[in-house]
Amino acid sequence: MTTLLEIKNIETYYDLIYAIRGASLSVEAGTITTILGNNGAGKSTILKTLMGLIEDQPDKGTIEFMGKRIDGKDTEDIVRMGISYVPEGREVFEELTVRENLSMGAYTRKDQKGVKNDMKQVLAYFPILADRINQWAGTLSGGEQQMLAIGRALMSRPRLLCLDEPSLGLSPILVKEIFKIIRTIKETGVTILLVEQNARMALANSDFGLILENGRFVMKGKSSDLLKDKDVQEFYLGQRSEESAKGYQRWKRKKVWR
Amino acid sequence: MLDFFQMILSGIAVGSSYALMALAMVIIYKTSEVVNFAQGEMALASSYFTFMLLTSYGFSFIAAFISAYLFALLLGAVLEFAILRRAKEPNLLGLIIITIGMEFMLLGFVSWKFGADQQIFPFPISPYDSISIGGAFFSMLELISLVIAIFIMVLLFFFFRYSKLGMAMKATQQNPVAARIMGIRTKRIMMLTWGISSMVGCTAGLLISPMLMEPFMMWDSMLKGFSSAVLGGMTSLPGAVAGAYILGIIENLFGGYVSIEFKSVVAFAIIVLILCVKPSGLFARHYVKKL
Repeated sequence: MTTLLEIKNIETYYDLIYAIRGASLSVEAGTITTILGNNGAGKSTILKTLMGLIEDQPDKGTIEFMGKRIDGKDTEDIVRMGISYVPEGREVFEELTVRENLSMGAYTRKDQKGVKNDMKQVLAYFPILADRINQWAGTLSGGEQQMLAIGRALMSRPRLLCLDEPSLGLSPILVKEIFKIIRTIKETGVTILLVEQNARMALANSDFGLILENGRFVMKGKSSDLLKDKDVQEFYLGQRSEESAKGYQRWKRKKVWR
Repeated sequence: MLDFFQMILSGIAVGSSYALMALAMVIIYKTSEVVNFAQGEMALASSYFTFMLLTSYGFSFIAAFISAYLFALLLGAVLEFAILRRAKEPNLLGLIIITIGMEFMLLGFVSWKFGADQQIFPFPISPYDSISIGGAFFSMLELISLVIAIFIMVLLFFFFRYSKLGMAMKATQQNPVAARIMGIRTKRIMMLTWGISSMVGCTAGLLISPMLMEPFMMWDSMLKGFSSAVLGGMTSLPGAVAGAYILGIIENLFGGYVSIEFKSVVAFAIIVLILCVKPSGLFARHYVKKL
């Protein structure tokens, strides 16, 4: 397997806030890698740094995509290299129709035919969008907007698809559906970097997982291993494993890695 | 009855230049929410540039007009690139004040270079030729203005509806961050927006110059254009056009039936009224964000 994305020891500041404190990760081509963590751990910040959306950041460290440095580049150029990003909270163009939103996703492409085919493909993934094709995106429901955001990101035919909390605010059934589609997308050869709060779903549907806390990675491994890990089970999956030996000392697992 | 018909016709005629100015302002407002008060003076500079080419350098009309459009495009783009983009952490008010500053810079420059006197713009069609429609008079110049204005409006409509670039402009206006994620170079889009808007304004300037050519010639149409845009809704191109023609007609009817002295006050009374009653304008169709 080849490494598609290599993030080495990046540090990111939001003004004075030290958000990412030296994080490294690599994403293998053709896999789903997921970053888990609590609120404010810095998951989204990693993606934003990767996409060049935070000005003048990363402060330190390097980001390489397909062997080329992309840190410090403009977002517009990073997108052209083949990275697509689905931002947190969908961010669709509300006063453009579904069709126009999708065609904006293909803004950087010149091959009309390929775009048309991809549009068909995306509508096949999300049949509900085909029904709403001429509706303003702002009138769609949250789940439909999420589908549109993913579809729009696919329209640029990315090598790497970054998803920021696709399950946010969706019903469990929709979450299942979204993850099913994420797996399908992976089957077509797109590498996926997924940021999630929903640890169980994310680990069940990914190949590798990393756990982020306070701007540093504290664990990494195969998703199947992480699912079985005692710490992960207790703190992210909400399973209690305390033994109740009556009357005797009960040990709690350590809560924070630093 | 003939008077009434004549007033409506004059209203439509004067509405064309309002409509072009309104469109120019709406284009910029839509992409950046900046009300560009320099719009009139940008058109003024382009008109005087054409005037200079025609009188001092002996350009033919076609060549002069094409150069005028190129000049307008450049002027808009350069102003955005060199002045507005340099504003450090700008807020909206700051940017609007900057446009007012640019307005006076351009006005001062034009007055200094060409003098404050009235000039005669050698336009191929005399403003005194006219045709009669059912007894009411319509000057050739007004007719040409109307045709050109409608042509530009249709062009803009198709541009924003069907072209990729036009759509990218709309996308940039709705969500700049998402637009960047799509690979749209939003800064370049802003520059182009200013250029296109400046070209639309330049059309208005060129159509007004044969009637009146002096440094303050654009004030009236710029302010009226702004009123029309507010009347129709600052975010809607067709709304701004409709607003312009409504304003032109109301103004003329008011002048004819109520008071000719207060004719030009009507526009501002309408701004106040609209801002009180329906601040988004008569025709603005706007999506209200769900939480």
